[in-house]
Amino acid sequence: MSERLEVRKTYKLYINGAFPRSESGRTYELRSEDGSFIANPCLASRKDLRDAVTAARAAQSGWANATAYNRGQILYRIAEMMDGRIDQFAREISLLDGISRKEAEMEVRAATDRWVWYAGWSDKLGAIAGATNPVSGPFYNFTIPEPLGVVGAIAPERKSLLGLIDAIAPVILSGNTVVALASTRAPLPAITLAEVIATSDLPKGVCNILTGKRGELAPWFASHMDIDGLDITGVEEPSLIAEIKVSGAQNLKRIHSFEGHPSPQRILAFMESKTIWHPIGV
Amino acid sequence: MRTFEYAPALESRSIVTIGSEYGHFINGSFTKGRNHFPTLDPSTEEILSQIALGSVDEVDAAVDSARVAYESIWSKMSGRDRGKYLYRIARIMQERAREFAVLESLDNGKPIRESRDVDVPLAAAHFFYHAGWADKLDYAGLGDSPHPHGVAGQIIPWNFPLLMLSWKIAPALAAGNTVVLKPAETTSLTALLFAQVCQQAELPAGVVNIVTGNGQTGAALVNHPGIDKIAFTGSTEVGKAIARAIAPTSIKATLELGGKAANIVFDDAPIDECVEGIVNGIFFNQGHVCCAGSRLLLQENIADEVLAKLKVRMAKIRVGNPLDKNTDLGAINSQEQLNKIHELSNAGDAEGAERWSPECELPGRGYWFRPTIFTGVTQAHRIAQEEIFGPVLSVFTFRTPDEAIEKANNTPYGLSAGIWSEKGSKILWASQKLKAGVIWANTFNKFDPASPFGGYKESGWGREGGRHGLMAYLRGSEVGVENE
Amino acid sequence: MKFYGLIDGSEKSLIHFLGTLSGVDQTGADSRAATLATRSIKTTSKRFAIDLVISMVDLTTLEGADTPEKVRALCAKAVRPDPSDLTVPSVGAICVYNDMVSIARAQLDLLGGNHIPVAAVATAFPSGRASMAVKMQDTEDAISAGAGEIDMVIDRGAFLSGRYMEVFEEIRTIREICGERAHLKVILETGELVTYDNVRRASFLAMLAGADFIKTSTGKVAPAATASVVLVMLEAVRDFYQMTERRIGVKPAGGIRTTKDAIKQLVLVKETAGPEWLTPSLFRIGASSLLNDLLMQRMKMRTGYYTSPNYVTID
Repeated sequence: MSERLEVRKTYKLYINGAFPRSESGRTYELRSEDGSFIANPCLASRKDLRDAVTAARAAQSGWANATAYNRGQILYRIAEMMDGRIDQFAREISLLDGISRKEAEMEVRAATDRWVWYAGWSDKLGAIAGATNPVSGPFYNFTIPEPLGVVGAIAPERKSLLGLIDAIAPVILSGNTVVALASTRAPLPAITLAEVIATSDLPKGVCNILTGKRGELAPWFASHMDIDGLDITGVEEPSLIAEIKVSGAQNLKRIHSFEGHPSPQRILAFMESKTIWHPIGV
Repeated sequence: MRTFEYAPALESRSIVTIGSEYGHFINGSFTKGRNHFPTLDPSTEEILSQIALGSVDEVDAAVDSARVAYESIWSKMSGRDRGKYLYRIARIMQERAREFAVLESLDNGKPIRESRDVDVPLAAAHFFYHAGWADKLDYAGLGDSPHPHGVAGQIIPWNFPLLMLSWKIAPALAAGNTVVLKPAETTSLTALLFAQVCQQAELPAGVVNIVTGNGQTGAALVNHPGIDKIAFTGSTEVGKAIARAIAPTSIKATLELGGKAANIVFDDAPIDECVEGIVNGIFFNQGHVCCAGSRLLLQENIADEVLAKLKVRMAKIRVGNPLDKNTDLGAINSQEQLNKIHELSNAGDAEGAERWSPECELPGRGYWFRPTIFTGVTQAHRIAQEEIFGPVLSVFTFRTPDEAIEKANNTPYGLSAGIWSEKGSKILWASQKLKAGVIWANTFNKFDPASPFGGYKESGWGREGGRHGLMAYLRGSEVGVENE
Repeated sequence: MKFYGLIDGSEKSLIHFLGTLSGVDQTGADSRAATLATRSIKTTSKRFAIDLVISMVDLTTLEGADTPEKVRALCAKAVRPDPSDLTVPSVGAICVYNDMVSIARAQLDLLGGNHIPVAAVATAFPSGRASMAVKMQDTEDAISAGAGEIDMVIDRGAFLSGRYMEVFEEIRTIREICGERAHLKVILETGELVTYDNVRRASFLAMLAGADFIKTSTGKVAPAATASVVLVMLEAVRDFYQMTERRIGVKPAGGIRTTKDAIKQLVLVKETAGPEWLTPSLFRIGASSLLNDLLMQRMKMRTGYYTSPNYVTID
């Protein structure tokens, strides 16, 4: 029996719920460790970033206004969809990271579980980060966490799926929208994740995923005045970090990077506290 | 007297003793200081004293002293004992409240009614509130045994000199940090009096250091390699410069910056209290308030009524001697600030907005500006966009709630906002839509140590007050968040 | 114009008008009143204020134990509050129960106090719980006996149950009986209306129905003339003047016992309704013990030392 000829996938960007190629027409070639060709993912340009930010901004208030229950269910739905694609993710990860299928499957399962963990936070943030404040006077005063707005996320090179999920899930679950830049070296699971997201009822524009070079795009993330926060966990070079922070100061972006175990602080880092006063009287 | 007028009711200056010259407060004692500059009473232009201009060396000495105090004493002390020191400070501030109030009004120009009834009691309350946190840091929200940062460099503005000092020093000390604080150039005196309070409280030397000076002194502090944490309240411009300066480092910063708050009046507002809220929103502290309600958004169908009442009310504002207990609006803090207010107001005239001020006599000397409103302002006007930081209100109208929110949010700032309506659901709706860190509904310009304060967008980073504010002075021991 | 053109006299128009009034935020009103209470009134201001307050006092006795002798003594005090100092002005009015009106009137006239009106509390004071016929007769009796001012109470029960028109008609009826013969003060009994929204509504209702003065309290219910309630009522007369060009007076009564309290009232008037209201024809203070405190403060200002109650007459 002759082996069936594979139908290859074209890996594209994920912007505003659609899968466009880069407006620049650029791609870059991925080869596996043995040198065989894998794919030509898109090399996103600053204009692709701009389009993604526009989509993210347009989607933000609607997403933030969805109930926390609704957001939680949609995030959980994404985990459900991921679970059905373990094979596909594992094949891509093992191919690019040079690890065994078994190890890759473990990473995917961990990533899916991580996603489930985040999904459950959507309706509990007010309980851990909100407060009623006992002020001295006839006022009711309370503090609530609110989403920041549009957040850029530069995902780490390593742990291409898990790292990306840590970049996306904690940001969007609270009502932010995100423009994420996937691992340059291993972008395929990112696009597969985009396909999962596209079939999970997440409104278009809430999550946008780009593939490309961080050295090229990071400065544009940093300087974009309509990006409110930036996760630079995936940026390692100290000089680039400093450059991003200098540039991000122009609109006082909330710029963070994270290490260690996932924690609600990672979610809260891209939230604002709003405090409301109202008199008490008859 | 043929009608009932208020005779002058001056608070006595005799309660304060102002030295002819001051040094810095480093390692528990006052230094001599090398170069000095004058500090004025802005209501008379009288020179009150000579303030030391902090140099790089002096900042260095202060940071060293804070470092030693941190390593050897403060970080090792139990939370309970740190708390006791803060309680002592709170009590001494209460005991010497009148002295602080008079000195603050002299140096800043704010009415004694405000320094006596707002600034000083709130400052003491901040120490009292944070004292209680010192031995309860495990409940700050960062898990068990969170750590202080180390040495905090703190730079404060001239609009609430003592109150901003307390917003900075109290949480820093409660969390276990030591501090080097730089007061604003024009208002150092109450910080130096606070240094005496630290001495009376027998606070260990070096835990609090105060270096006076100008912007260069502040820059020396920000750029000092021995600083672990920056807290700054001031202009957005300087805040951004600080953010850039610390970009190559891992220093954490809390920034409380500018604002251009919208005060939105819906047609179902409680009108009389709303007029008071508008007045308090923009004329409290001469409008030298980062969260001032400087943009008044009136629903069109009640705009005339509210404006008419506002003008009647503004005519009753008593402008004059800050030490007169009946003064409502005191002196502008400096010639520089007065020039800025004039410049922006003149821009309002030039851009076609209509200026109105009540008749009122201004003193011959000192820095003064009448309470002023501009009507016919549009979003494109400079006075609609730029922070004036003076007693100048820009008035807009809107037709629908959506339009109000859109206009209110149409600014790079996001510190505070006001909502006036007797309809609960509308208040909650608007609160949700407004991009601002503090929302005052049917009130304005209220502050409390238990209430987090701070802004969205270009109004800054982080919060001050409450558990949220305390967290800024701590790092979690188990939490994987790295606040770059 | 009837009802100042603001309503047409129908229940519908009255209810509609009261519905157009802005709500009062309690905390905001309290806070404004508290700020005004910090005004510091010293030296020449205080001296002026004390005499102004004396001329605004409705010197009151409203006790079951009132006797003709007690009322006569009060009248003497009203005409010459401080027999040792004739520069002290006489008070604004004497305020008594109905059966004491003729006694008070005669005594005032005898002592040269013809200019001092007698105010009678009428309409089944203080509860107002009587038939309309009794209230009308009560009023007529007082005026016939020489009352120049009628301090009527409203039916708070009717007001609280929303029967605004009933309250309105009662006031109108008493107004008609008063005619040109007597000024009408309408007592809202704000301590029973409780909310500032009610105080504002009742103030406008009373003004529309023809009140010359709106008065806070009977003095029999606490709280009485709190600074916030007076503030809300002063806002009401100020706004009513804007609508009608007619100035209605305000009379706080109950709980104002010291010079300091009374001067705070003047501050409220000056900065809320405006200085035009700083006259006995538009502002009165219902009080009894207040007068002696004013006299003691006045002595202190004149002599420079603190005086003793032994030097002012108890009645």
